[in-house]
Amino acid sequence: MEALILTVLLTSVPLIFAATGELVAERSGVLNLGVEGMMLMGAVSAFAATSILGNPYMGILAGAVAGALTAAVFSLFALGLATNQVATGLALTIFGSGLSGLVGAPFVGGTVEGLPNLAIPLLVDIPVIGNLLFNHDIMAYLSIGFLVLVAWFLNRTRAGLVLRAVGNSHDSAHALGYRVLLVRFGAVSFGGMMAGLGGAYLPLVLTPHWSEGMTAGRGWIALALVVFASWIPSRILIGALLFGGITIMQLAGQARGWTVPSQMLSMLPYIATIIVLVVIARNRDFALANSPACLGRLFIGNK
Amino acid sequence: MISMTPRKHIPLSLTLLTPAVAIFLTLAVGAGIFGILGFSPLGSLYTFFVAPISRPDQIGDLFVKACPLIITATGLVFCFRANVWNIGAEGQLVFGAIFSGWVALSFPDWPAITLMPAMVLASIIGGICWAMIPALLKVRFNTNEILVSLMLTYVAALFIDWLVRGPWRDPMSFGFPLTKMYSDAGLIHRIDVPFVGSLGQLHWGVVGALLLAIAGSFVLSRTILGFQIKVMGDAPRAGRFAGFKPHLVTIGVMAIAGGAAGLAGMVEVSASMGQLQPNVSFGYGFTAIIVAFLARLNPIGVIFAGLIVALAELGGDYAQIALGMPKVVTGVFKGILLFMLLAGETFNRYHITWRRSAVMPVSKEQ
Repeated sequence: MEALILTVLLTSVPLIFAATGELVAERSGVLNLGVEGMMLMGAVSAFAATSILGNPYMGILAGAVAGALTAAVFSLFALGLATNQVATGLALTIFGSGLSGLVGAPFVGGTVEGLPNLAIPLLVDIPVIGNLLFNHDIMAYLSIGFLVLVAWFLNRTRAGLVLRAVGNSHDSAHALGYRVLLVRFGAVSFGGMMAGLGGAYLPLVLTPHWSEGMTAGRGWIALALVVFASWIPSRILIGALLFGGITIMQLAGQARGWTVPSQMLSMLPYIATIIVLVVIARNRDFALANSPACLGRLFIGNK
Repeated sequence: MISMTPRKHIPLSLTLLTPAVAIFLTLAVGAGIFGILGFSPLGSLYTFFVAPISRPDQIGDLFVKACPLIITATGLVFCFRANVWNIGAEGQLVFGAIFSGWVALSFPDWPAITLMPAMVLASIIGGICWAMIPALLKVRFNTNEILVSLMLTYVAALFIDWLVRGPWRDPMSFGFPLTKMYSDAGLIHRIDVPFVGSLGQLHWGVVGALLLAIAGSFVLSRTILGFQIKVMGDAPRAGRFAGFKPHLVTIGVMAIAGGAAGLAGMVEVSASMGQLQPNVSFGYGFTAIIVAFLARLNPIGVIFAGLIVALAELGGDYAQIALGMPKVVTGVFKGILLFMLLAGETFNRYHITWRRSAVMPVSKEQ
C-alpha cells in the first residue's frame, strides 16, 4: 500500500510542474498548447545532459533551460508576431516532438542513474507519513516549493498583480504603462521552464531511459489540469494527485490480475480528463471565476 | 520597435507568396538545425525532399502519401474556418478505420458494388460519431474541444490496439496483432495507367481524395452552409445577428471533419494495409492540421499543400531507413513550417514597419 501511494505521488510530480507553469502563462493571458513539446524537450535534454555529464542534477538544469528555450520559440511567434496562439502551440508540440526525437536518437536504449532520494532528517522518522512525504528526490520537493511560490507570487505580490492584470485586460494594463509583451514573455518562459522540469522528471526519476514521445500526453493532461484547477494554484495539487492515482490504477490492476484489458485501464487518465472537463465546465461560475479574460487573445501594442 | 497596422486590402500576390516564402524559410531553418546537430545540412535536405521522388513511380507514392492528408485536411478546413479547433482528427480517422473494418470483416462475401459503399458509409459514420463527442460536449457544456478531441485520440489508439490484439485478432496470424485480411471486394485497387502500368502504389482512393477536395471547395465557396461557416468563424457576432445558429455550425463542421477523417482511415486501410493493425495512422490526423494551414484554409490549396507535406513525410520514412533517424524527426520540418505559415499570416494581415519613436498604440483583438 505504501509503495502504491509513493508511486501516485511520484507520478503526479511532472503534472504539478507542467500545470503550475502553464497556469502562470495562462494567468498572463497566454494559452500555450505546446506543453507536450516543451516537456519532451526537457525530458530529452535532461537525459542527454545526465548521461554525458554523469550528474542528474545537471540534468535538472538542462531540462529547465531546454523548456524555457523551447517556450521562447513560442514567444517569438505568438507574442512577437502575434500569431494565433492555438495554432502556434500546436506547432510547438509538433516541433518539440520532432526535435526531441532527433536529439535523443543516439540515446535510445541507454539508461542513466536517477536522482537519489534525500530524506529530510527528523521528519522522515515520523511514523506512517514520514517515509511517504519526506523521503523523496529533490525535484519532488521542488515541485511543491514552486507551487507554493507561484500561489504566493500571484496573490501576494505586486508583480503577481501586474501579471494578472495583463491577463485580464491587456489594453488597460498597457494604458497604465505596463509592458504587456514583456510580462507575457516572462510568464511563458517560466511556463516553459516548469514544463521542462516536468519533462526532466520522467527520465530522471520515473523511467530511467529516453524514448521518443515518452511524455505520452502528460503535457495535454497538464493543460486540462489548469482548467480543472480553475486557474487557482492550490487546486493543481489535488488534480495532479487525482490523475496520478488514476494513472497508477492500471499498474495496480495488472498486479492484482484484474480481467479488464490493459488498454482499457490505460484509457482511464484520458477519459477521466474528459469527465473532469465536463464536470468543471458544467458549473460555469466556478469554472470561469478566475479565468483570465484575455486568455488566448492577441495583443498588438506598440510602445 | 516593431509597429503593426492592419492592412485594408491584402494583395493577391502576397497571399500566394506567403506559403512559398514559408516553405523556403522552413528548409533554411531546418537545414540549419540539422547542421547544428552534426548532420550535413544539404545532405539532410536531399534525403528529406529530393531522394523520395527521384524516380517516376515515386511520384505515385507521393500521391498515395498525400491521400489521407488531403481527405482529412479538407474536412479540417471547415472546422478551422469556423474557429472550431478539432485537434482529434487522428482519433476520428482511427474510428473510421474501425467501423469500415467491422463491415469488411463481417461481410466478406459481399461483392464490391455493395461492400465498398457500405464501408465508405461506415467509415464516415465512425468518424462522425467520434467527432460528435467533443462537439456535443462543447455545445452542451462548453467544454474545450481542443482537449477533449485530443484526449479521445489517445483513447481511440488504445481501443484499436485492444481490438486487433483481442477480439478481432486473426487466429491464424501467429500471434501478430492483425485482423483477417479484407476480402478482395473490400480493397481499393491500384490504378492501371495506360502504357505505364501501375505507377508506384497509386490507387483509386487518390482520385477520390482529389474529388473530395474539389467538392469541399464548392461547398465552402458556393453554398449557404459554407457562407455560414465562414461568417461564424470571422465574425461570430454578425453571424448571430444574421440568425445563424452557432451550435449547429459547430456540430456541422465537426461532423464534416470527423466524417472526412473517418473516410481517410478507411481509404488508408483498404488501399495500403488490407487489414486492421494497431497503427492504422501515422499521425496523419495531426499532420493534416499543417496541411490545412499551408493551404491557407482553402480546399483546393489542400491538394497542393497535401503533396508538399507528403513529400516531407516520405522524406521521414526515407531518413528512417537510410539514416536510422526516428520517424518523428519530420516533425522538425512540420513544426517549423507551421510556425512560418503563421508568421506569414501576420505579415499578410498587418503592415509591419520599424519605428523609432513612440506612436499611438494600435490594438486589435481577435
